Amino acid sequence: MQQLLNGLFTGSIYALFAIGFTLVFGVLDRLNLAHPAVFAVSAFVGIELVEVAGLSIWYTLPIVFVVGGLLGIIIERVAFRPLKNRPDAHFAGLISSIALAGMFIALLQWRYGPNTRRFPADSFPSTTFTVFGAQVTLLQVAILVISVALMVALTLLVAKSRLGRGMRAIAENPTAARVLGINVDRVTMTTFAISSALGAVAGALFAMNVNSAQLGMGTAIELKGLAVIIVGGMGSLPGALVGGLLLGLAEVFAVANIGSSWRDMVAFGLLFLILLVRPQGLFGARKVREV
Amino acid sequence: MTESHATEPILKVENLVVSYGRVEAVRGVSFQAASGSLITLVGANGAGKSSIINAVSGIVRPKAGTITFEGRDITKTSAHALVGEGLVQVPEGRQILGTLTIHENLQLGGWHTNDTAAIREVYERFPVLAERRDLPAGALSGGEQQMLAIGRALVARPRLILLDEPSMGLAPKIVDEVFRVIEEIRASGTTVVLIEQNARRALRAADHGYVLASGEIAHEGPAADLLADERVVQAYLGV
Repeated sequence: MQQLLNGLFTGSIYALFAIGFTLVFGVLDRLNLAHPAVFAVSAFVGIELVEVAGLSIWYTLPIVFVVGGLLGIIIERVAFRPLKNRPDAHFAGLISSIALAGMFIALLQWRYGPNTRRFPADSFPSTTFTVFGAQVTLLQVAILVISVALMVALTLLVAKSRLGRGMRAIAENPTAARVLGINVDRVTMTTFAISSALGAVAGALFAMNVNSAQLGMGTAIELKGLAVIIVGGMGSLPGALVGGLLLGLAEVFAVANIGSSWRDMVAFGLLFLILLVRPQGLFGARKVREV
Repeated sequence: MTESHATEPILKVENLVVSYGRVEAVRGVSFQAASGSLITLVGANGAGKSSIINAVSGIVRPKAGTITFEGRDITKTSAHALVGEGLVQVPEGRQILGTLTIHENLQLGGWHTNDTAAIREVYERFPVLAERRDLPAGALSGGEQQMLAIGRALVARPRLILLDEPSMGLAPKIVDEVFRVIEEIRASGTTVVLIEQNARRALRAADHGYVLASGEIAHEGPAADLLADERVVQAYLGV
């Protein structure tokens, strides 16, 4: 039971990270490889807010959300928009977003040095619950609730709102979207902002969950995020949610039952297994790109 | 609107040049549309018709020339802004968003206006769309998709509507239907610019026609005169 819960907590963070990844891919058909850097930057920003500004961890999350949104706008403006009309825009965006990620991490290193950073000792609430005999902290519950709430909100936004309709129109046919009068540049920018805001909250939650932030934390989760969206079905929001939870659970069970060095072996082995059975991913049934 | 504007054409295109790399698709084309009229640009495939429409609606940036809409220079205005100003294109091949519902397609037509009354009017005009409003638009037949494409444009309440090959790929009976709708739109006071390969049909519906060949205007005049002109019929409207 304890393993199951731990897997859910970690998995919900993977899912939140991956859903931002897959949103940009689904709408814009672009892989934003600066997303992992947003994850790392926001963890450090979160710690800074608690340590220096003395905020409680609950207040840092909305601020981190906004910071992430701003980073998303920067990423779109710097790494993607200038290249969008090139015939090789896919590849160019991939490379330029990696480059921008490198610059973000370099700034982190300049500001904080190479060492692991932690939240101050008394940052976390001490409340714990017992669920079916397993120990659960208030923080863990909050991580799960916040992640799931954000993902549900995003799904509703995409399905029901005007902005969401615009996103789906661009995902299906950018030219038709322009003809219809949709400001494609603005919707694109907003999509990046939302995607990065979610990735930022994921980063701050991750840092809280393990009480540490490292320069390499984005790189560590990058492959997992990619695995999650491939397993879930590229561009599928429910796929990212289910894929993230699956990966979290698989990792925890591998560590508990086989040994910690087998964690990635099992997790990525699962990726290949699922892709063998369902090459389009769990929720990638349709050929058409979807949000 | 001032007195001088009332007599000016709603759309005026002067010396338009559109090129893709080194290829000049449109080579110095000028034409105009009087407010409330139906004009048509006809010509063979590759004559530059779609490039002209795309330049007017802001999808393609012209290399040279000026485009004036209701007295304002819109040569450099972006596509999404033009829709908000009442200049709307019904693109070639319909460009229906097949994974979105019919209703969502119509809502997107009103991106700028959020005009629910306009959507209701489209449903009254095309009851077949109202019956299936929550189905994916991809489930519609070709003719129904064309009606949706036109309806979607009407949601924006355009004062100028540009139709790019609306009869393409449709059965003759459906083509009749499409032309009936086009004439209704025109009768309601909206100016129509119609692009067609089906030149005879388009000229019969239009007030004024322009015949394009290799990116230039080869003939122009009242549509009835073009239809009666042996040279035009022989060279461009043959078969």
